[in-house]
Amino acid sequence: MKKNKSVLLSAPYILWMVIFTLIPLCVVLYYALTDVETGAFSVKNMENLVLYLPAFWRSILYSLVSALICLVIGYPVAYYMAHCSPTAQKFLYMLVMLPMCMSFLLRTLAWVGLLQDTGIINNFLDMLGLPRLSLIRTPGAVILGMVYNYLPYMILPLYSIIVKIDHRLIEAAEDLGCNGVQVFARVVLPLSMPGILSGITMVFVPAVSTFYISNKLGSTDIVLIGDIIERQFKQGDNANMGAALSLLLMILVFVCTGIMNRFGGDEEGGVPV
Amino acid sequence: MRKANRIITILIFIFLYAPMAVLILASFNTGKDITQFEGFTFMRYVEVFQDRSLLTLLGNSLIISILSSAIATVFGTFSAVGIQRLGPKMRKTVMGLTNIPMTNPDIVTGISLSLLFVFVGSKMLGQRNSLTFWTLLIAHITFNLPYVILNVMPKLQQMDNSLVEAAMDLGCTPTQSFFKVTLPEIMPGIISGAIMSFTMSLDDFVISYFVTGLDFITLPVEIYNYTKKQLQPKIYAMFTMLFLLIFVLMVVMNLLQLRQEKADRARKGG
Amino acid sequence: MSKEQTSNKELIRLKDLVMEFDGERILDGINLYFNDHEFLTLLGPSGCGKTTTLRIIGGFLTPTSGDVLFDGKCINDEPPYKRQINTVFQRYALFPHLNVFDNIAFGLKVAKLPKDEIQARVHEILDIVGLQGFEHRHIDKLSGGQQQRVAIARALVNRPKVLLLDEPLAALDLRLRKDMQNELKRIQQAMGITFIYVTHDQEEALSMSDTVVVMDKGRIQQIGKPEDIYNEPKNAFVADFIGESNILDGVMLEDYKVKFFGRTFKCLDAGFEKNEPVDVVIRPEDIDFVPPEEGHLIGTVTSVTFKGLNYDIIVDFKGFKWLIQTTDHQPEGATVGIRLNPEDIHVMHKSEYSGMFGDYSSYSAEYDELTEDAADEEE
Repeated sequence: MKKNKSVLLSAPYILWMVIFTLIPLCVVLYYALTDVETGAFSVKNMENLVLYLPAFWRSILYSLVSALICLVIGYPVAYYMAHCSPTAQKFLYMLVMLPMCMSFLLRTLAWVGLLQDTGIINNFLDMLGLPRLSLIRTPGAVILGMVYNYLPYMILPLYSIIVKIDHRLIEAAEDLGCNGVQVFARVVLPLSMPGILSGITMVFVPAVSTFYISNKLGSTDIVLIGDIIERQFKQGDNANMGAALSLLLMILVFVCTGIMNRFGGDEEGGVPV
Repeated sequence: MRKANRIITILIFIFLYAPMAVLILASFNTGKDITQFEGFTFMRYVEVFQDRSLLTLLGNSLIISILSSAIATVFGTFSAVGIQRLGPKMRKTVMGLTNIPMTNPDIVTGISLSLLFVFVGSKMLGQRNSLTFWTLLIAHITFNLPYVILNVMPKLQQMDNSLVEAAMDLGCTPTQSFFKVTLPEIMPGIISGAIMSFTMSLDDFVISYFVTGLDFITLPVEIYNYTKKQLQPKIYAMFTMLFLLIFVLMVVMNLLQLRQEKADRARKGG
Repeated sequence: MSKEQTSNKELIRLKDLVMEFDGERILDGINLYFNDHEFLTLLGPSGCGKTTTLRIIGGFLTPTSGDVLFDGKCINDEPPYKRQINTVFQRYALFPHLNVFDNIAFGLKVAKLPKDEIQARVHEILDIVGLQGFEHRHIDKLSGGQQQRVAIARALVNRPKVLLLDEPLAALDLRLRKDMQNELKRIQQAMGITFIYVTHDQEEALSMSDTVVVMDKGRIQQIGKPEDIYNEPKNAFVADFIGESNILDGVMLEDYKVKFFGRTFKCLDAGFEKNEPVDVVIRPEDIDFVPPEEGHLIGTVTSVTFKGLNYDIIVDFKGFKWLIQTTDHQPEGATVGIRLNPEDIHVMHKSEYSGMFGDYSSYSAEYDELTEDAADEEE
C-alpha cells in the first residue's frame, strides 16, 4: 500500500487527548507540588499525604471486599445468563444494563430510604413485631452500596467471557472423566479468568474513588478517600492537597489495573461498558 | 446446580431492582417521605411539567449529551481510521492514551480537567469564571471519545482490507471508498459507540460535578444538590419517566436486533 | 526471457521490477510482457512473488524499483482507480452491504454512468456469467461458485483492458473448481480481453493458460506455453513443481548423448557444452516396465500405491528411488527392468535448484549414500 494520507486523521485526536488527558494530569502534578497560599514549589502536600493513609486503606479494603462480593454473587448470574436461550440472554443482558443508565444518586438515595432507622426495612420488621436493626451508617451499608452500584460492571464482562466458552470443551472434560465440580474448577473457571480480572478491575476502580455512597450510607467516621478529595475541592479547603490526593489515587488505580492486566495478559485494557 | 443459579439470579435481580421500585412507588406517593406511603396520586407528574427549572435542567443534559456524543462519534470515527493506519508501536501508544480516561477514576478525570480549565482560564487568561458550557462540552467529548474509538477500532480491524482495494479497483478514490465501503461496514460499531457515549454523557455526574460552572448545570449535578436536602417527590416522577423511556428504548433496540439476526440467519440458511 | 506467442500487440510490460519489504526482497528483477487477448498465468509456490507482481500491476503496491508500462506509458504512480485494469480478489471481496446488482453496478455508479446504461450493462454481464435472475439476491445467500461469478462480473462490467485474478478458485471445492476453469476460459474468449491469473495449482495453470510464467523466490524461472513448460522444463525447480519428476545427475557427453547412472543414453537435447554436468528429468508416466533382462536399468520395487487411474510405484535402483506411474501392477519386492527411449529423457542445465528436487527416497535412509561414484561403478 502506498503511504496513506489517512494516517493524518489520527493527528487531531492525538492532539486532543494530549491536551485534555495528559496535560490535565500534569496540571494536577503542578498543583500537588505547589503551596496553596503562596503558590510556590512545596512538597508539603506530599508529606501531608501520610495523614490520609487510613482513609486510603479503608477505601482499598472496602472496594476489594465489594469486588469480591460482586464476583461471588455475580458469577452465578453471569453463568446462568450465558446458558439461557439467545432471546433470554438478550433480555437479561438488557436488565443488567438498565440500572447502569439510571441516576446512581437517586438509586443510592433509595437505599437510604430502605436502610434508615425509620426506613422501609425497619418498618417492615416492626410490622412483624421484630426488633429494629441499625443498618445505615455502618461499614456494611457502604459495602452494600458499592456492591449494588457496581455489580453490573462485574456481571457483564463475566457474561461476555463465559458465553464464549466452547461447549465442546466442557463435553471433552466430561469425556475425560471430570464430574461437575471438576469441570468447573479445571475448565470453566480458568477460561473465565479474563472476565474475572476485568470485572474486578471495573468494580474496584469506581468503588475505590467513590464519594457519594460513603457520604450517604456511611457514618461520619467512615471517610473514604473520595470524600476527602471532594471536600478539598468543593468545600474550598485546599485544592492543592486535593491534587496530591488525586495523584496518589490515580497511581494506586494504575498500579492495580497494571497488575490485573499482567495477570490477564490483556493488551487492549478492560471491556468497555 | 442450574436451579441454584436460577434462584441466585432471581434474588440478584430483585436486589438490583428493589431500590428502583421504591423510587417508582415514591413517585405516586401523596406524602413527601420515601419511607411512608400515604396515598396514591399522579400529582407529581403534573408538577414535573409545571417546573420550568427542572425542564431546563433536563434540556441542558440533553443538549450536552447529544452534542458531545455526536461530535465524539464523528471525530472518533475519523480518528479510528487514522489510528488504524499508524505503525504498531505508535498505535499501541495512542491506544494507551485512549485508555487513560477509561482507567482513571472519574473523580481524577473530573478534577484534572477542572484544574486545567481553571489554570488556563484564571491564571493565563485572567477570566473570573473559567468553567462554562464550553468546558463542560469539552470534558464530555473527552470521556466520550474512547467509547467511540474502542467500538469502531475492532470493526475496522475485522474488516477485510481487500474490500477497500476492491472499491479503488472499481474506480473509487480513497475518500469515495471510505464513504461507500468502509463506513457501511463499520456502521454497527459507530452506532453502538454513539449510543454508549450518549448514555454515559446523559448520566454522568462525577466528571460534570467538578467541571460544571454556575451558568450551565446538568440534571445529575442538580439532583446531587437536591439530595443534600429533603428531595422533592417530583424528582421521583422524573426518574420514573426516564426509567420507562430507557426501558422502552432498550426493548425496541433488542427487538430490532433480534429481527435483524433472524433475517441474517434466514439469509445464510437459505 | 522470451516467449513465442500469438502476434497480438503488447499491452503491459514489467521492466526490472524489484520489490522489497522491510529489507526483504520479494521480487528480484521481473521482466515480463503481456499481450492483448492473452490468458497468462503466474504460477508458483506461496511466497514466490506472484501475488506481489499482480498487486503491482493492479496499483495496490508501488515497486521499489523498475517500471510498469501500460500501452508504453509508465503507470507506476497511477492509483488503482485510474487504471484500466480490474481485479477479482482472492476471497472475492464482495461488498456485504450490497446485493448482487449493486455489487456489479458499483464501478459504473462511481463512474456516474446514466441509469439505463448501468441497467443494460449489468444485465448483459449477468448473462455472460450465467446469473440472470439473481440481481436482488443478497450476496450472503449465494453459493461459493455464484459469489465467484459475481466477483468476475463486477470486474468485467467496467470493460477493463486487463482482468487480474488472484487465486480466484482457491476457495471452491474440487468439482466446482473444474467447472469454473472451463467457465473462465470461455468468458475470457467471449470478452476478448487479457487475463492475468495467479495460482499455485499447476494443473489449473496448464489447462487454462496461453502462457505460463513459473516463479520462485521472486524470480521468473520459465515462461512458455503449457506444453513446453511441462515437456521442456528449464530447471529442476520447474520440473519438480510442474508434475512429478525423477531428476538425476548426469553429464552431457555431446549433442544427443547423455550419461547418467553410469550408462550412456540417447536423447533429443543438444546445444550443451562437451561434458557439461546436467540435470536429467524423466517423467514417471513415461517409464514402462520390461523384463529385467531387457532393461537398461534393473531395480527393486519398494512400494506400491493404488491411485485409481494408475499405480504409483517406487523403484530402488541401487539406492536411488524413482517414482514410476503405470497401469502395470508389480508386487512389492519384485525385480523389474526399465527401458528409457530418447524422447523420455529431458536434459536441463544445472541450476541453484540442482539436487534439491526429484528424488523419491524421502522414506529411505539410503539417500545420503547416493553418489555419482557409486553410480559410475555400475557400468
